[in-house]
Amino acid sequence: MNKQSRLGAWIAIGVGTLYFVLPLLSTFEFSLRMRRGEYSFDAYRVVFADAHFQESFLYSTFQAVATIIVGVLIVVPTAYWIRLRLPRLRPIVEFITLMPLVIPAIVIVFGYLRLYNSSSWLPLTANARTTDLLLTFSYVTLALPYMYRAVDTGLRSIDVRTLTEAAENLGAGMVTILFRIILPNIKSAVLSGAFLTFAIVIGEFTMASLLNRPAFGPYLQNVGANRAYEPSALAVIAFLVTWACMGLINIFGRQKQTKHAA
Amino acid sequence: MAFLELANIRKSFDQTTVVHDFDLAIEQGEFVSFLGPSGCGKTTVLRMVAGFESPSSGSIRINGKEVTHLRANQRNVGMVFQAYALFPNMTVAENVAFGMKVAKRPQAEIASRVEEMLQLIKLPHLAGRYPYQMSGGQQQRVALARALAGKPQLLLLDEPLSALDAKIRISLREEIRALQRKLGITTIFVTHDQEEALSMSDRIVVMNEGRAEQIGTPSEIYNTPATRFVASFVGTLSFLKAKVLDPQAGQLLIDNQTIRTGRALTAQQGETWSVALRPESLTLVNGHALPDGNRMQGLVEEVAFLGSVVRIRVRFQEGAIHLDTFNNPATALPERGSEVSVHFAPQDLLVLERLDA
Repeated sequence: MNKQSRLGAWIAIGVGTLYFVLPLLSTFEFSLRMRRGEYSFDAYRVVFADAHFQESFLYSTFQAVATIIVGVLIVVPTAYWIRLRLPRLRPIVEFITLMPLVIPAIVIVFGYLRLYNSSSWLPLTANARTTDLLLTFSYVTLALPYMYRAVDTGLRSIDVRTLTEAAENLGAGMVTILFRIILPNIKSAVLSGAFLTFAIVIGEFTMASLLNRPAFGPYLQNVGANRAYEPSALAVIAFLVTWACMGLINIFGRQKQTKHAA
Repeated sequence: MAFLELANIRKSFDQTTVVHDFDLAIEQGEFVSFLGPSGCGKTTVLRMVAGFESPSSGSIRINGKEVTHLRANQRNVGMVFQAYALFPNMTVAENVAFGMKVAKRPQAEIASRVEEMLQLIKLPHLAGRYPYQMSGGQQQRVALARALAGKPQLLLLDEPLSALDAKIRISLREEIRALQRKLGITTIFVTHDQEEALSMSDRIVVMNEGRAEQIGTPSEIYNTPATRFVASFVGTLSFLKAKVLDPQAGQLLIDNQTIRTGRALTAQQGETWSVALRPESLTLVNGHALPDGNRMQGLVEEVAFLGSVVRIRVRFQEGAIHLDTFNNPATALPERGSEVSVHFAPQDLLVLERLDA
């Protein structure tokens, strides 16, 4: 690489870094200005002390965990079965799993409201518990492209067919094969999908807001509309949660690579 | 009654039939190899015995019990795969114990059986290792121990040595055969390597295009091949065209030279037949004739040094033959282009099939 193109690359990296980092730094700096004349973590203290923050964060965390469990239970057996017995269906399933990326969340949630409203044949929005359930399923749909791709990549890295046949030959049934052979061997891929799902669910606004559930996304919006410094503190917290998830994906991904390289 | 019986097995995928009317009976404790080129159907037959494929027609009986439509996990058949197929998330001991755990055997029995199996494959010190921490040969031995741990009634080996390097392949094939003899377990071994099949088997099934071309002992397969395919697939053969001179006296004409077969032929005078010779049945002779042998004159076309053996190609008008001679530094090798006499015994000439039918 000659000097000129290396300089160009460094300029591009510098501009990109400024583009991403400057707003974050500015948000962080602004979140420290709550006390007049000096920097403090007052905004963070106020946020953490707010009962609504704790409730909404806990609610979204619970939703994220439920979404991950339901997602794994749906996606892992499906992707496994497609890979093992129905490889011809793979393009169709991949297309279906990509649809949540192209259909806006608001369209999906309006569809749900029409299908499951209180006067429908399955009135899931009739009470808070069943609406929570509907929100979990909505999140499963929303996270489907990420979870499916992560699991499918994991399945691609092992010899699904031979491992299945080896286990079958030793007397194992399908449930044993799935939970004792397949799932442990794609653990890091499933975890990657899980952390991505967690990051998506924790800050999701549209679905939670339209289904009127006390999630972290609507809380962020509400605080942002009414306060000055706290929204910046919340934005930084939300970024940290997402980065923590990305960091965990990297750690588990690297562990797997090391194991395979050994 | 044979221990394993395959009767009229046929397997089709869509419009393509990959196994045609396959019949085989294997006695208890026998080691039978399926030998053939890629795509000949040998692995498909094995997979049908294991229960991974269902025959389109025909029946499979193991120890007198009909298993044709039984699922793979209900057959009590041990299998070793080409790609080892050890469970990466389990240690060696856990891999060996897996089948017994699934069968819910008592913990103490599992522990003692795992130890016994690891002793048998001489790897007790690797019980705590994971598959990725072992060599290919070690992994395949563990796969063998895992397949045998549950005391299966039949052992299936699907090209278990193909992924290993030459030296380990030879030592492991001796180990497998010794283990099989020690345990007396009925075994089917799938391979495309004729040397493996010849050296390990009680009987060999040579397969081609989904059919059993010949079933016999290694000696029968090698010395008296039933078809041209078997003759060409097993060992190295040189083919020549021969005209039948006198069928009763067993005389043929090759390159205008009279050749004796030493037996009466079921052919008519004047017909053209394909005959073949193995490299090790030929010798170079200098001047004097050998009693009771055939002798043909030809030109040396190629001399290939293979280490302990030297392979010489001699050209005749009707084709070329290869002959093997031991490497002896004291003896000069013939020059390319020189005229030589090749000698072979009448019984070593394989008369295969009529060409002008």
